[in-house]
Amino acid sequence: MSITRPDVDVVIIGLGWTGSIMGMELTDAGLNVLALERGGERTKEDFLYPKPADELKYGVRLKMMQRPKQNTVTIRRNAEETAVPQRHWTTFHPGDGVGGAGSHWTGVLYRATPNELALKSFADRTFEPGFLPEDMTIQDYGVTYEELEPHYDFFEKVAGLSGQAGNVQGEIVEGGNPFEGPRQNPFPLPPLPRTLTDTLFTEATQKLGWHPYPYPSANVSGAWTNPYGMQLGPCNFCGFCSNYGCLNYSKASPQTCVLDALKQRENFSYRTNCEVTRIVKSDDGETVTGVRYRDGEGNDVYQPAKMVILASFPLSNVRLLLLSQIGRPYDPVANTGVVGRNFSYQITGSIDMYFKRHQFNPFISAGGSGQVIDDFSPDTFDTAKHGFIGGSYIYTTQGPGGAIGAVKVPPRTPSWGSEWKKNASEHYGHHMMLGTTGTNMSYRDVYLDLDPTYTDPHGDPLLRMTYDWKDNDLRMTQFMAERMREIVAELKPDYHTESFKQVGDHFDPSHYQSTHLTGGAIMGTDPNTSVLNRYLQHWDAHNLFVMGASAFPQNMQHNPTGTVAALTYWSAKHIRERYLDNPGPLMAKEDPANA
Amino acid sequence: MASDPDDMKRRDFMRRSLLTIPAVSLGSSLAFDAYADNGAPALSDYQPMFFEAQEWQFILAATDRLIPRDEHGPGALEAHVPVFIDKELAGGYGRAEDWYMQGPFHVDAPAALGYQLPHTPADIYRLGIAATRRYCQQRFNRDFVTLSHEDQESVLSALEQGRPDFARLGVDDLPSATFFSFLLQNTKEGFLADPIYGGNRHMVGWKMLGFTGARASFREWVDQYDRDYPLGPVSLSGERG
Repeated sequence: MSITRPDVDVVIIGLGWTGSIMGMELTDAGLNVLALERGGERTKEDFLYPKPADELKYGVRLKMMQRPKQNTVTIRRNAEETAVPQRHWTTFHPGDGVGGAGSHWTGVLYRATPNELALKSFADRTFEPGFLPEDMTIQDYGVTYEELEPHYDFFEKVAGLSGQAGNVQGEIVEGGNPFEGPRQNPFPLPPLPRTLTDTLFTEATQKLGWHPYPYPSANVSGAWTNPYGMQLGPCNFCGFCSNYGCLNYSKASPQTCVLDALKQRENFSYRTNCEVTRIVKSDDGETVTGVRYRDGEGNDVYQPAKMVILASFPLSNVRLLLLSQIGRPYDPVANTGVVGRNFSYQITGSIDMYFKRHQFNPFISAGGSGQVIDDFSPDTFDTAKHGFIGGSYIYTTQGPGGAIGAVKVPPRTPSWGSEWKKNASEHYGHHMMLGTTGTNMSYRDVYLDLDPTYTDPHGDPLLRMTYDWKDNDLRMTQFMAERMREIVAELKPDYHTESFKQVGDHFDPSHYQSTHLTGGAIMGTDPNTSVLNRYLQHWDAHNLFVMGASAFPQNMQHNPTGTVAALTYWSAKHIRERYLDNPGPLMAKEDPANA
Repeated sequence: MASDPDDMKRRDFMRRSLLTIPAVSLGSSLAFDAYADNGAPALSDYQPMFFEAQEWQFILAATDRLIPRDEHGPGALEAHVPVFIDKELAGGYGRAEDWYMQGPFHVDAPAALGYQLPHTPADIYRLGIAATRRYCQQRFNRDFVTLSHEDQESVLSALEQGRPDFARLGVDDLPSATFFSFLLQNTKEGFLADPIYGGNRHMVGWKMLGFTGARASFREWVDQYDRDYPLGPVSLSGERG
């Protein structure tokens, strides 16, 4: 049955971090705002102790995540392969329900560096012409670090960011990250207390002449009241963090930081179990008129709105734009179109060290706890000498919490029987990890489009991902592996094991990689190479704004949430200050330089 | 303890359910008694919801080999791992209720592209157990549960390495190694998941590791380096170990 609901000023698709932030900003502006969330309700009561302390439910069966049955993605490594669906999640964990991925994220909250936001310009002035591979399609974001800084600063206060600043107004601060962009303020809260792995990492990397600093953590170190009046309490290192809702009101999330304030506003409402199936284009060809969605009872609903904010997970954003036929789909062969272009991911690797002499108590763990070095960022050393553009941070974090996922046995140990038991029992608690999280460049033949075969339960095509590792990025991660072996040599474990991608390896989505999926609906200053202008406004529909990491032209080394939030506030500022009084394109298509 | 009625039931269970297992197998199964306690239902009282009688015997015997009771502590049977697996397969996990199960199924897709079989976990067990039992008949002319521990272990190793060709045993589209990987993964889950799911009885798996369960509060322990944590685990339902 088809229903038309009463008109609203703004409809927000998805009620995670960006939907919640836009809800606050646009209700502040006096607008009547409605959020539509595909998943179910999820309030702080769902996270009351001890409910989240359930590894099988959340860590293994992934009950916080989108259900693949409802929507998944197909994957192939190249255009010759047949894409097949992720039938259950292995390689990444898209969120679901109120709070979205913000309810189950780890809580590592970073800024981009100034050069990463303008990576193409950086590359052009740093490398010899012809150094970048011909098929690499990296771009500038079109927004600068200076422009985003106030928005990073505000969101860090919303999240109670805990850590140590390394650069306050240009002054380098001991113990912080000296390679970060300048901040106007120190962190809202001091770092979390140091674990044993933190201390070992710090000592080893200092000996090597590098610059360790505490992970910037949105698992807060102390009591905090944020600008919305929401309160967080100090993290107790419960050990149930990434993939879990927080049982201690310590992890910044839409629930803990925004939603209870937003829900009190009379001009805000939201509906759960409402899956938007199309953004509806207007006949004028310049705007959208609202959205169609399927509600919890199976009704097909038309929701008219003066503005639409697309605020779902990056993959869902791109898919909905393609299904709605808004913006020209990317064609990698003809090199035309934009929607689906510049999809990128994250290059990760790890080392696992065993120390009989140390007891790490790995159940004492917070997702945002750890120590990091940024000495090997894209702009901190001569990457050209090593044959790549890009960089990676290297870190340790204590854990993992849990038992099922925490069993570590030495190489060549049988995977079952008495030998397995003996080794599982003897080795538990004696492992320390080193990780690397690195940049991933964008490439002409890496992209998103609609799958020709597989559909969701309503008959709409699934999103198809064509993705593979590239030599530039693999050389980068191999370089990081060498640096991490230097840390191993300092720490002298009894033995260690390595997990790194080698040059020539192909994407393996049968194992977890990262949930940092970016691009496909990127921002920029040229409508021929971006879906959105630099204000996250759609080039082809001026009352449609698209939030999220789908706007990143390539992926940075650091975790995306901080930049995703800062971009949302940046977009909101321009909507409030310029768009509402004079609705229309915020940048001219023809002459972006004058915008 | 020997006169405890639960204990009697346990002995009775062994007589009934392990009736067909040769004497060499009984050594480790007798260790049930060492973990007998008052008040908790015994494995013998459990009525499987998913498994048929002969499948249940297979699961009891197979999980007992995967995580045996030995000098390192209790095994899968003391932990009630078979109960866990039965409950999981009878529920949403067994039905793959969250999985994308629309065709076409490219069963020969590269392994790197992840799970692509048309089977739910419940199907995998039903088909995998049947094929494995046929394999044992062909190789030993006996059922899996009547084999010696050594032979059972050799069958499980063969499955792990994907040696039995299930297609030649009447089961299509199920590599034997895939069946084994589900069996092993679920066995470990049943040993280490919260007892609320039926396994990890009395948190024996957590005690083996030194894991604290749902204790979940360690602020004052973060900077106490290299010290063994002194408290045992707690479960979601408040049981302490």
